[in-house]
Amino acid sequence: METEVGMSASSLEPMIFSDLGEAGLLCEYEPGPLDLTRQRRIWAVATALKSEPGIRELVPGMNNLVVLYDPAAFTPDRLMDWIRSLKHAPIDKIDTGRLIEIPVIYGGETGPDLIELAERAGLDPVEFATQHSQAEYTVFAFGSQPGFGYLGGLPARLATPRRDMVHPRVEAGSVIIGGAQTAVQSRTTPSGWHVIGKTELVFFDPDSDPPTLLALGDQIRFKLLEVLS
Amino acid sequence: MIEILSPGIMASVQDMGRPGWRNLGVGSCGAMDGTALHIGNLLVGNDPNLAGIEFTLGGFSIRFQKDTVFALTGADMHARLDDEPILSWWVRRARAGQTLVAGMTEHGMRAMLTVAGGIDVPIVMGSRSTDLKGGFGGLSGRLLQASDRLKVVTTEAPAIAASGFGLDAPRLQLLPPRGEAEIRFLPAAEWMRSPSSIRDGFLSTAWKLLPDSNRMGYRLSGPELRRDTPLELFSHGIIPGTIQLPPGGHPVIQLNDANTCGGYPKLGVVIGADLPLLAQVRLGSFIRFRQVDRAASIAASEQRQAFLNWLPGRIELARDYSRRWRAA
Repeated sequence: METEVGMSASSLEPMIFSDLGEAGLLCEYEPGPLDLTRQRRIWAVATALKSEPGIRELVPGMNNLVVLYDPAAFTPDRLMDWIRSLKHAPIDKIDTGRLIEIPVIYGGETGPDLIELAERAGLDPVEFATQHSQAEYTVFAFGSQPGFGYLGGLPARLATPRRDMVHPRVEAGSVIIGGAQTAVQSRTTPSGWHVIGKTELVFFDPDSDPPTLLALGDQIRFKLLEVLS
Repeated sequence: MIEILSPGIMASVQDMGRPGWRNLGVGSCGAMDGTALHIGNLLVGNDPNLAGIEFTLGGFSIRFQKDTVFALTGADMHARLDDEPILSWWVRRARAGQTLVAGMTEHGMRAMLTVAGGIDVPIVMGSRSTDLKGGFGGLSGRLLQASDRLKVVTTEAPAIAASGFGLDAPRLQLLPPRGEAEIRFLPAAEWMRSPSSIRDGFLSTAWKLLPDSNRMGYRLSGPELRRDTPLELFSHGIIPGTIQLPPGGHPVIQLNDANTCGGYPKLGVVIGADLPLLAQVRLGSFIRFRQVDRAASIAASEQRQAFLNWLPGRIELARDYSRRWRAA
């Protein structure tokens, strides 16, 4: 018996499918605001497919899922039918994640864009940092670099389009904002996002199991240690 | 043990890559020319997935500290073992103390050095490939440098003739592209959502491969294919070979060391069978894209696999023949 108790209508929207090469299928919801219920639906589909023979990798994105598969095991049509049939997979079994607190020093040399972002938002830097640290975030997806989690839940007022000029070197542990998303750099790389603070936590260690500090669905809170000017 | 005297332009330890971690933001990395690594391993009697060294454009030199059976595959870098020229797609036994010195390629971009037993670096998250962005895998997660020493897994190397043996690369169509390369692709999500002017422009252009192209991605120069209204997409998983069209209008191809997620519109994905060819396109030369359907893409992939399955028998014949010829 299929039941749909406690499910929001949005989670039963049809997915749009397209080929990503001969061994990949991109499954997307219609573009719309990021939605945790839809995102949990995506994780539920990924979990249901995970241990099936012929499925190679499952890559949840923001509002979408890439399925990499063995083309000798499935035709895309069969895979699509299968995924459509999973739309009733129970999402309440998906782990809601742990609560992870990330201590942050905002501003100063390791948060060089805080002042500019605060000005754009019409806030002073302390208010901006306070609002950033009081919001609750969820790890929606991984990407960009090993262990880099895209966090949903940034207050709309703090959202800022990506920089015109890329920072050539953003240190691992930097707390950053790009558009409606916030994240922490897990590796030192160039970045087009705004750098507002720094944490000492380590987000990726290839010798650990699991190698990432964060997991999909984890609840994240930033703890404001200090705001430097 | 192999000592790097000079790594040349860019060298790293790579096997067939690190699949299975894209959901955590860890890309596959791995040899850009998977065919060259596969065949190089077969030539020295290895499992096809063992680690070798990927050299770029040439200019490297190394010293063998022990007797070592090795092969060079991919682009011909005009290497010499002491004074003797070593052809590409050829296996030799180096004696302890001998040096292998490469010139520069005239065709192609990358060569693989494989050794019997494979390069011995720690397996990290299931692979020996260097993840440069992550700073792990390979040798200390970085490019090779002068005076690095690489261990070789001890193995019973296949018996080969002193002059070695090799494959007839032109006949087996293993040579890198000369002139314009034709690369086949399968359309992706935003292909049909792009105006026909963009699709036609993409298909009718010989795209120049820009010099800052690398293992992360290729940047292409040609006419600007701009949309009137940019498409805004959420970040989604991408794979090596994904052809994106950023708002500036110049396509990029994401490759082995690329980010696992991207958000630019996708015109297509290079078919798996053509990725090794793409790896050999020289900076500054031209690429033309040909649209194929799924059936053609799978047929090409099966054809490549059939060739790779046929090769071990062919290699064994060549090895036996060279030994008998020496004995006669």
